[in-house]
Amino acid sequence: MWRTATLVATRDETPDARTLVLDVPGWPGHLGGQHVDVRLTAEDGYQATRSYSLAAPVDHDRVEVTVQRVADGEVSPYLTDGLSLGDAVEVRGPAGGWFVWRPGEPGGVLLVAGGSGIVPLMAMIRARRAVGSATPFRLIYSVRSPGERYYAAELDQLADEADGPELAYVYTRSAPAGSNREAARIGAADLPPPGWSRDGEETCFVCGPTSFVEVVAASLVSHGYDPRRIKAERFGPSGQ
Amino acid sequence: MGVFSPGFRGRSVETNAALPPGQHETRDFPVLSAGPTPPVALERWEFTITTEGGRKTTWSWPQLLALPSQTPTVDIHCVTSWSKLGTTWRGVSLDVLLEDIDTAADYALIHSYGGYTTNLPLEDLLSGQAWIAYEFDGEDLAPEHGGPARLLVPHLYFWKSAKWVRGIELLLEDEPGFWETAGYHDYGDPWREQRYQGD
Repeated sequence: MWRTATLVATRDETPDARTLVLDVPGWPGHLGGQHVDVRLTAEDGYQATRSYSLAAPVDHDRVEVTVQRVADGEVSPYLTDGLSLGDAVEVRGPAGGWFVWRPGEPGGVLLVAGGSGIVPLMAMIRARRAVGSATPFRLIYSVRSPGERYYAAELDQLADEADGPELAYVYTRSAPAGSNREAARIGAADLPPPGWSRDGEETCFVCGPTSFVEVVAASLVSHGYDPRRIKAERFGPSGQ
Repeated sequence: MGVFSPGFRGRSVETNAALPPGQHETRDFPVLSAGPTPPVALERWEFTITTEGGRKTTWSWPQLLALPSQTPTVDIHCVTSWSKLGTTWRGVSLDVLLEDIDTAADYALIHSYGGYTTNLPLEDLLSGQAWIAYEFDGEDLAPEHGGPARLLVPHLYFWKSAKWVRGIELLLEDEPGFWETAGYHDYGDPWREQRYQGD
C-alpha cells in the first residue's frame, strides 16, 4: 500500500547527494538494507516510481533515504532539489528480505561499499549502534575522493568509538595526503580474508555499481568466503 | 490518491504503451543478482529437467547448441521499475526442451548455478513464452547477465528469468523460490503490477 510521506528535514551529504527525512504515518518498520519505493505524481496524473535504499534504522514513523542527483534523471533531481519541507510524496515498503542485517545474527559482518552503495550499509551500521550490538562490523568504503564520502562526520565519530565498527577507505581517484595507499580501484588486497572477526563465520554485504560488485564478490570468493554468505546489491548506470 | 508533487512534470511525453504500470524505460542493462556471479565452465555445464517422478533428462552445452534456436526480440521488465524494450536474444524454446518430457506437473521450480531458485506455473514456460537463452544482442551472454545461459520468460518480472540456469524441477504443487520466499509476488505479472506479496 502507498503511504503519504512528508519531507521534514534534509541533510546534504555531498554536493551531489542529499538525505531526505520523511514522516510516514503508519510506516510498518524495516531492517537495515531494505529499500522503499518512492512515487511522484504530476498534475496530469503521470506517475514515476523509483526504489531507494533506506539509510537509517527504524525510528517510529521517520524514514530516511539518501538520493544521489542524476543530472538527466527523471526523479532524483526533483527529490534532491524540487521537494521542499512540508511537501509530500508517496512511499511503499519496505521491500527486500535478503540484503538485510538482523541484529543478533551470529558472525561478524563485512560491509563493502562502492560510492552511493554506502546507503544500505550505513543503515546496518546505524542499526547496530541503535541496539547496542557488539557484533564485529568492518566497513570498506570505496569512493573517488575524500570529499565524496557520504555521512563523513558521523563515520569519523564512529571510528573514534571504542566499540564502533572498523573503517577503511579505498580512494579510487585521489587519496588524501599521507595516505599509504595510492588512489586505485578496489582489488583483492583491499579486502580482508575470512576469519578476521573471531566471532564465527562472517557475512559479507557488497553494494555498489555492477562492475564494482563483480570485482569485490569474486575477490571475496577467491579469499575463501562462502559464496552463500556474500550478499550483493548492484546498480547500473541508470540507477537513480 | 490525493498526493501530487507540485512542479513535478516527469517525462509524461515519453509515456509508452509498451511500458507496464510503474515502469520506466532504460537503455542500459542494469544487473540485479543476490550474490556473487558463479563461475560456470562450459565443459561441465549441464541443464537438467527433472519430472515429478524423479526422471531426469540432461543436455550438455554442445547438445543445447545443437538444438534448433530462435532469436526472440522482447521487452523485459525488472521489478525495481526499469524496463528495457526490444532486446534480442538467441536461445532454445522450452517447447523444444519439454517436448518429449512426460509429466503431469502444473508447476516448475527453476534452479541455477550458485543456488538461486524461482518458481512459475509450467504453462508459462510453454507456447513460445520461454527460452534457455545463450546470446544477447548477437554476443555470448555475459556472466553478470546470466551467462553462459539463463532462462528468458519476458512476460513475467525479470527475476523469474533465472540467470546461470542449471535445471527445471517439475512439481505437482507450487514451491516458492528465492525472491518469492523473501516477500516478492509468487507470479509476478508486470501488467498487473504483481511486485510484492499481496499485490
